[in-house]
Amino acid sequence: MIASLVSLSACDREERESRGRPLAEAAAGGPLVSTLRAGEPPHPRPDPRAAEYENNAYAVSQGQKLFQAMNCSGCHAHGGGGMGPALMDDQWRYGGNMEQIVATLDQGRPNGMLSWRGRLTAQQMWQLAAYVRSLSAQQRQDVLPGRADEPSNTEPQTLRSREEMHSSSPAGVQGTAQ
Amino acid sequence: MKPGYIREAVLAAARRRTWLWAGVLLLLALGIVFAIVRLAGHDSLPSESVTTTPYAGSTGAITARSIGDGDDGQWTMAAKNYASTRFSSAREIDTRNVRRLHVAFTFSTGIVKGHEAAPLVIGGMMYIVTPFPNYVYALDLTQPGAPVKWTFKPKPLSAAQGVACCDVVNRGAAYADNRIFFNTLDNRTIALDATTGRMLWETKLGDINRGETMTMAPLVAGGKVLVGNAGGEMGVRGWFAALDAATGRIAWKAFATGPDRDVLIGPAYKPFYAMDRGRDLGVTSWPPDAWKMGGGAAWGWVSYDPQLRLVYYGTGNPGPWNPEQRPGDNKFATGVFARNIDDGQARWFYQSSPHDLFDHDGINEQILLDMPVKGRMRGVMARPERNGYFYIMDRATGEVLSAKAFGPVTAYKGVDLKTGRLAPNPAMEPKEGRVVRGICPSAPGMKDWNPAAFSPLTGLVYIPHNNLCMDWGSYEANYIAGTPYIGADVKYYAGPGGHRGVLTAWDPVHQRPVWRIKEDLPLWSGALTTGGGLLFYGTMDGWFKAVDQRSGKLLWRFKTGSGIIGQPISYRGPDGHQYIAILSGVGGWPGSIVSNALDARDPTAGNGWGSAVGDLPQKTTAGGMLYVFALPH
Repeated sequence: MIASLVSLSACDREERESRGRPLAEAAAGGPLVSTLRAGEPPHPRPDPRAAEYENNAYAVSQGQKLFQAMNCSGCHAHGGGGMGPALMDDQWRYGGNMEQIVATLDQGRPNGMLSWRGRLTAQQMWQLAAYVRSLSAQQRQDVLPGRADEPSNTEPQTLRSREEMHSSSPAGVQGTAQ
Repeated sequence: MKPGYIREAVLAAARRRTWLWAGVLLLLALGIVFAIVRLAGHDSLPSESVTTTPYAGSTGAITARSIGDGDDGQWTMAAKNYASTRFSSAREIDTRNVRRLHVAFTFSTGIVKGHEAAPLVIGGMMYIVTPFPNYVYALDLTQPGAPVKWTFKPKPLSAAQGVACCDVVNRGAAYADNRIFFNTLDNRTIALDATTGRMLWETKLGDINRGETMTMAPLVAGGKVLVGNAGGEMGVRGWFAALDAATGRIAWKAFATGPDRDVLIGPAYKPFYAMDRGRDLGVTSWPPDAWKMGGGAAWGWVSYDPQLRLVYYGTGNPGPWNPEQRPGDNKFATGVFARNIDDGQARWFYQSSPHDLFDHDGINEQILLDMPVKGRMRGVMARPERNGYFYIMDRATGEVLSAKAFGPVTAYKGVDLKTGRLAPNPAMEPKEGRVVRGICPSAPGMKDWNPAAFSPLTGLVYIPHNNLCMDWGSYEANYIAGTPYIGADVKYYAGPGGHRGVLTAWDPVHQRPVWRIKEDLPLWSGALTTGGGLLFYGTMDGWFKAVDQRSGKLLWRFKTGSGIIGQPISYRGPDGHQYIAILSGVGGWPGSIVSNALDARDPTAGNGWGSAVGDLPQKTTAGGMLYVFALPH
């Protein structure tokens, strides 16, 4: 009798969910940060908002105001970087297209970029992304801001030449610390 | 063996004998010259036995007698001793033989950020704390090549890198009772067993989400570990704390802003000047609530006078940089505190830059000296200050005895010794909507964090510092926790003469420079003086140099693999010989242009360094490496 009870309780303990419950398929979509994709080359699916914001001078200048007001310039200066990486060069640790920059602003990044979710609206993030891309002159010249509001003494972005975009980190930055 | 070979060997032996005789004659000649020099009174090297007593130099300034600790050949704290002299009495390596100095061994830290730490040497071991991720390496000096005995990895939060204003540096560890104490970037003070590397305790002291980090080297005194936070550029509330060395429990914690009870100001507080007296100045000298994000971080150097039981440290800049957002004196930022080590109660405070206009932190080292002032020996502290003035202060009372500019100053008109107050130049005052040009010294100051050294041989203070001026444009800063709180666009550039760095040998008694060495790049390394009459320092393009303390003449140099922003040390190895050690590895505030790959086309990159050191990436590359030097033996 005792032996059968023990064996029954042992049977109960053996019950377990070995595979986990399947997750909803919502994880798909959103920008990719990696250029490596399992099984096939990546298919960038541009968000239709990207082109709208990026080629809109108003959105870029609103982004410029936000860049200063939200203290982005405290870390990234006027594109040259500081505590945070440079944004006017041709290297992008987490991708430099509009969707990837918005994702960086929304999610934050592990080595010090903070998440602005709940502090900026989606519209503000798109405006900021458009301005960030203007730092390396990705847009047409007539979209780029000529001057900043504050006395920054930096060259107007209209004098900058367009940088190629590379998904990589500069040498020296990717040490143990990254 | 071939006959020809034998003949060669005989000839070689003959040549050796000739050389031997020449050597003996040379030694005799040198001996005579040496004796003449001694008779002439020019050679004031102390004899071998004089290692415990400070030696009076030509100025009459000596290491504070109250410190009284002998030199045992070890290096147990970043600044060598409580007086922060950075003087090693070892004299095996001297002005005559230093040209034969060569590499004894090297060690790669595997990290590419700025290496500002001083290595420690205790017994037969060397201890190195690296920049983030703050590894601690213990090297066994008794074995050939000094292999690693243990490594400790504290695993600081990766996100802490995002709130470290000026590279993710660490300025070193401290040692007492077989324990190594150090700070992590994510605000922990940790004690390790020095023999095994086992963690004995850790105490969390701050929060990266409020912009706090810890980068300073602790000082251990009277059974307490003294530490402070960093983050003046992030609008933190500065503090300085004493932890029980045995348990890590917080013994006391003094804030730099807020009501007197938070600042540990009580009946014992007796500042020398009226400007520093009053009730709750940490609240009333600010606009409402601005003190809560007012900075005053204690990220620099700590000294200790065991006789007075006073601990000395400076406070950093108020937040934000834009001075128009914080009318008032902004106490207790940009000044120096003297506190009782037992209970933390403030004895005195002196505000070197009231209502700081230019990010002129007051965190510089306090070198404790005894020296003649108007014919009387006084117990003083020497502070080569970021605002450009070399202060001599009575360390018991906080009285300013002298304050003379040690480089070109346009930002101020001088220090009033009656009121103690620094007089700003109104023409240079930052105002929103205009750019002020030609401000000297710049925000990194006449001298930033990198510590000076004192030599009792000469009585001089050797200051590695900047020759930089700047343009400043203010704008309104918004406080958002965990983000920069600055409100200024700045650009630095070389000051008069066109060179960006200087090493000044300063006579603290007569308040004048004795000699200067111009350096092209800003000087960001500490200095070391030795009993052999030498001064060691490094440059941002990687040269490690030895110069004559008396003349500044370059006697030896070695090109390390990366720019030097570390603190040189000297120790006696287990074999009894003298060694010199330095960490090479560019970074820090100016060096982040290399270690964080900034783009110098933006002159404001790195809060103003883009315009000043845009050439640095062509002159050096990142990478941390320890270099240890010795004479051939």
